[in-house]
Amino acid sequence: MSRIAQRFAELKRQGRGGLVTFTTAGDPDLETSYQILKGLPAAGADLIELGMPFSDPMADGPAIQASGQRALKAGINLDATLGLVRRYRDESGDDTTPILLMGYYNLIYQRGPELFCKQAAASGVDGLIIVDLPPEEADELKPYAARCDIDTVMLTAPTTDAKRLPAILEYGSGFLYYVSILGVTGTRSATDDAVRAAVKHLRTQADLPIAVGFGIRTPQQAATISTIADAAVVGSAIVDKVRDGLDANGKPKPGLVEGVLAYVRELSSGVRGAKRAAE
Amino acid sequence: MSLPNTYRDGPDERGHFGSFGGRYVAETLMPLILDLEKAYETAKKDPAFQSELDYLLEHYAGRPSPLYFAERLTQKLGGAKIYFKRDELNHTGSHKINNVLGQVLLAKRMGKRRIIAETGAGQHGVATATACALFDIPCTVFMGATDVARQQPNVFRMKLLGAEVRAVTAGSATLKDAMNEALRDWVATVETTFYVIGTAAGPHPYPAMVRDFQSVIGNETRAQMHKAEGRLPDTLVACIGGGSNAIGLFHPFLDDKTVRIVGVEAAGHGLASGQHAASLTGGRPGVLHGNRTYLLQDKDGQIQDAHSISAGLDYPGIGPEHAWLKESGRVEYVAATDEEALSAFQLLCRIEGIIPALEPAHALAHVLKLAPTLSKDNLLVMNLCGRGDKDVFAIAERLGVKL
Repeated sequence: MSRIAQRFAELKRQGRGGLVTFTTAGDPDLETSYQILKGLPAAGADLIELGMPFSDPMADGPAIQASGQRALKAGINLDATLGLVRRYRDESGDDTTPILLMGYYNLIYQRGPELFCKQAAASGVDGLIIVDLPPEEADELKPYAARCDIDTVMLTAPTTDAKRLPAILEYGSGFLYYVSILGVTGTRSATDDAVRAAVKHLRTQADLPIAVGFGIRTPQQAATISTIADAAVVGSAIVDKVRDGLDANGKPKPGLVEGVLAYVRELSSGVRGAKRAAE
Repeated sequence: MSLPNTYRDGPDERGHFGSFGGRYVAETLMPLILDLEKAYETAKKDPAFQSELDYLLEHYAGRPSPLYFAERLTQKLGGAKIYFKRDELNHTGSHKINNVLGQVLLAKRMGKRRIIAETGAGQHGVATATACALFDIPCTVFMGATDVARQQPNVFRMKLLGAEVRAVTAGSATLKDAMNEALRDWVATVETTFYVIGTAAGPHPYPAMVRDFQSVIGNETRAQMHKAEGRLPDTLVACIGGGSNAIGLFHPFLDDKTVRIVGVEAAGHGLASGQHAASLTGGRPGVLHGNRTYLLQDKDGQIQDAHSISAGLDYPGIGPEHAWLKESGRVEYVAATDEEALSAFQLLCRIEGIIPALEPAHALAHVLKLAPTLSKDNLLVMNLCGRGDKDVFAIAERLGVKL
């Protein structure tokens, strides 16, 4: 069983939804981003998404755009991103928290999908979330990922109709990522009722666990979403904490890592408290 | 690679030209892109749609544009007989209006209530703002902040026409960033908004749709050349940024084997300098803005900034059909530098009394090299796809003249 499947099974046993955190590899610099990554599980991240910075992040709002720009400016590249995951697996002793890489297809295409998947698997990556690879193009990546036991997490959106969902499910594994708003990351939030209705519908079609993301910013929102879906994804609000920890020259101030992790702890206690309150 | 029987039947049902093209977009957009494809296929076969478009092209845009024999230039170069396809005489000053009228009619047909567009030099933005004024549809144009600064007259034109111009400061603040921002807007407004893409790139069906709307250029050229000379042209030349004017001229002739076809990219400060916009000559295949095509990028696949004196060619990618035509060998792709374009620009002002846009000045720069090597009975057509009014200020600055 993959780390992702094990983690969702465990969450089910615990009777709660999970917290998926997004941070960008190399933001604000390689070492600081490693220190953040290292602290995430203890702060309460159940699954970890690591963004692969791209020069042209078309599906991202200002917060994640800025985060990727900081990382690129600090010299991040694909090898270093994979190196972060490998170092985490080597040094942390944590062999259970799933790590997924999130980003845009061109980086994978340039490396070659087959080589990329092999290198990602060897580094300890569990899944891929590629924003600009809808089912129409997913066959470029899926076979190589499957061969390396890497999950391909597919996205569904409010615009996804019943006709498209089977194709998405055909390529998806690990979990299903529901983009809860029409829009880019971190710009607005869906109503609880809208998310509830969408997740209810998805559950009739999909056996995979469902994570909901885009627009979840606060511990309260994360808590509510985690009672509706199997996990809540928080990204922009976390990378905003990275930004808050920078000085005027863009250098990390002391306490940046702690500031980010403190926010993740707040999100996590919201999520962990939610199910109990509902029970 | 075996040669296809025809170069004109692409793309396939998944929007691929060979290995190029496709639909690399966020899931949120996919259903709408499929709707658009369906709506376009239906409209294309509807005589009422075509006749409304034809009417506007003739009476509003001023088509057909003349095919003009440039006698003095021909004499000076002493080789091929040079014709200009005068698309710079269209309403709004470039070929962009051909495509915009088609897409805005389609938007109306689909019941969309708002139009967005990206623009580099501002020509596509002006054309879109124009059509939106005509059809009374709210219009937002995304333009890189760098381009807003260097194309002020077009920014003001768009505003006069009632469009909102949003300056994009993200990334390098040029055309590619304007396109990113337009896509971000579209994801958030997809149910009401139609995205009018200005070049033959983006996710399927855009490259094919834009090409079809621009093919009026090549179809007219064929008929006009037949009337003037009683036969096909021998050589076609057009400049290429995203490649919409070029594909419009080229496509109707792709299966005419005697016709030599040449696309001219912007070589900026020179290909060796690394500061250019020649994605076919100096880039390699990658995925950006919804399609696989040739891109300027680093080893990892980060997109690099393009450079050209011409804001309209300043884009690190190119339409996917051109990528395929390059790989299949049907079309030759070359490049002209800023300097070469600038001197071609000045020459044309003096010798033919035509102030061209900086974009076709690149095509002309290549014609100046190519024509003298060809025989006097070689019929060469260059697409003069835009006029230079918008560039006058930038050229003055470049030549050290204070206006």
